[in-house]
Amino acid sequence: MTTVTVEATDLTRAYGSHVVVSDVNFNLNKGEVLGFLGPNGAGKSTTMKMLTGNLAPTAGTVKICGIDILENPKAAKALIGYLPETPPLYRELTVDEMLALSARIHGVARNKVKRAVDVAKERTGLTDMGRRLCENLSTGYQQRVGIAQAIIHSPMVVVLDEPTRGLDPIQIRDIRALIKELGGEHSVILSTHILPEVEMVCDRVQIIHQGKMVFSGAIKELERNRQSDRLLVGLRRPPAKESLLALPGVVEVAQDGDLLRVRFAEGAEGVAEAIAQAAVGGGWGLYQLTPDVASLEDVFVHLTHREEQA
Amino acid sequence: MKMILTIAGKELRSMFSSPMAWVILALLQLLLALFFTSSVGQYFEAMQGSMLPEQRIGFTAFVMPGVYGVAVLVLMTAVPLLTMRQIAEERKNHTLVFLFSSPASLFEIVLGKFVGLVAFISVVTLMLFAMTLSMNVATDLDLGHLLLCAFGLWLMAASFASLGLFMSSLTQQPIIAAILSFIALLALFIIDKFSVDPESVLNYLSLMRHFEPMAGGELNTTDIAYFALFITTFLVLTVRRLDADRLRG
Repeated sequence: MTTVTVEATDLTRAYGSHVVVSDVNFNLNKGEVLGFLGPNGAGKSTTMKMLTGNLAPTAGTVKICGIDILENPKAAKALIGYLPETPPLYRELTVDEMLALSARIHGVARNKVKRAVDVAKERTGLTDMGRRLCENLSTGYQQRVGIAQAIIHSPMVVVLDEPTRGLDPIQIRDIRALIKELGGEHSVILSTHILPEVEMVCDRVQIIHQGKMVFSGAIKELERNRQSDRLLVGLRRPPAKESLLALPGVVEVAQDGDLLRVRFAEGAEGVAEAIAQAAVGGGWGLYQLTPDVASLEDVFVHLTHREEQA
Repeated sequence: MKMILTIAGKELRSMFSSPMAWVILALLQLLLALFFTSSVGQYFEAMQGSMLPEQRIGFTAFVMPGVYGVAVLVLMTAVPLLTMRQIAEERKNHTLVFLFSSPASLFEIVLGKFVGLVAFISVVTLMLFAMTLSMNVATDLDLGHLLLCAFGLWLMAASFASLGLFMSSLTQQPIIAAILSFIALLALFIIDKFSVDPESVLNYLSLMRHFEPMAGGELNTTDIAYFALFITTFLVLTVRRLDADRLRG
């Protein structure tokens, strides 16, 4: 028995001559959480729409548990739960009515609807909100109802497009925990432009940039990519640059405000220790020594750059 | 089938959770009741003037075509107000995605919405039918004729609904959908006035030309076929339009 739940092959979408997504390939296994990472306008939402059958791809195929979504949309869509960018809520319905509608339309048996609604509300922290109109809920709660309607029929694949948007920090923490939990029994695809979010909840990550996949792999690999070759050093009484450059492995020293940015050769080890020792010995007044962590943008630049070189 | 009924039920619930449906029902009933009472008065006046037996016509034949004719005109303005929200507003509020990503086919979505509208129309028709039927206490109504009038009204309103649904699928703005459907319906009402030739195809296209025989107590398969074709055409066009959404994005 195969455990692949989502199989996207050469997924391409063009609007006229403008190609938004080109040749995106990936597989997702049961129980995995896959993060789709990319800056705004990278083609994340377009990919999500194609995966859920809301948009027909120009080329390529999507298979959900082996069922082609274009050839057999009914069967494939029954296996998906989808939270689009804007939570799709009927404003005139109460939370209970909305979730019951979602359950019925996704084929939950009539006598199990109530149970499914209760479970979904509990998982998303909506238990006290059942009788409220969707229209009157705050953005955060609307987002939760959006997630609840996506998971109510226990789909094989849950697709969440920026699930933590508009939530406050506590809600974000809850939702992230929920997503991790979902990963246990369902497969989750999650799109975001927040790197820490991916690191926290995802098993695998795909970075998409200008419609192309520039990185695909486990979180660990991404962390390796993020690891920088620079240190930020704060010194009260900085010596001449030459004395820093004389330390083993140091390649470049640049001033960055009050701090010094020290770049070391690739693979060089013990640079931080050497700097600390030298600082103590020379009385430089060391007060900060941190790895200069690459920002998301740096990772993007790094990855897209690598792509061009290849 | 289950899917269609689920969607129809949701539409019906939505319609009755806004004041629109209630206002339409109440105003319609008031307007038609007033018209009905005055028609009854007119009947007595006319019959007092006509002493000869051949001048006399039955109550049903005299009153009902008028009452149901007015009901058709009122529904021509009311139904676009109900249909305008169906797809346009869902598109605007991003809820169409909900239906699109559910395991319901486009055909089921469109038919579900249509069935919901027809259910509302049936309520309207039944209420009017009950009102006109109350006259049976005072006189012997021609029940067959009365039923045919109601059936004609129901078919007309269902046709309005299918056209309105299509217009709603064309735009994001409910108001534009309402205006479009109203203009289209008006055009289909008066289209036969543009033909000089009695055999002109324009006569066949006119909605009113197919309602009038029914209101007059005459049931033709041509008219039934016309309404069936009319409804099917616009429902299929709506499905096509939604499919284009998915293809073109």
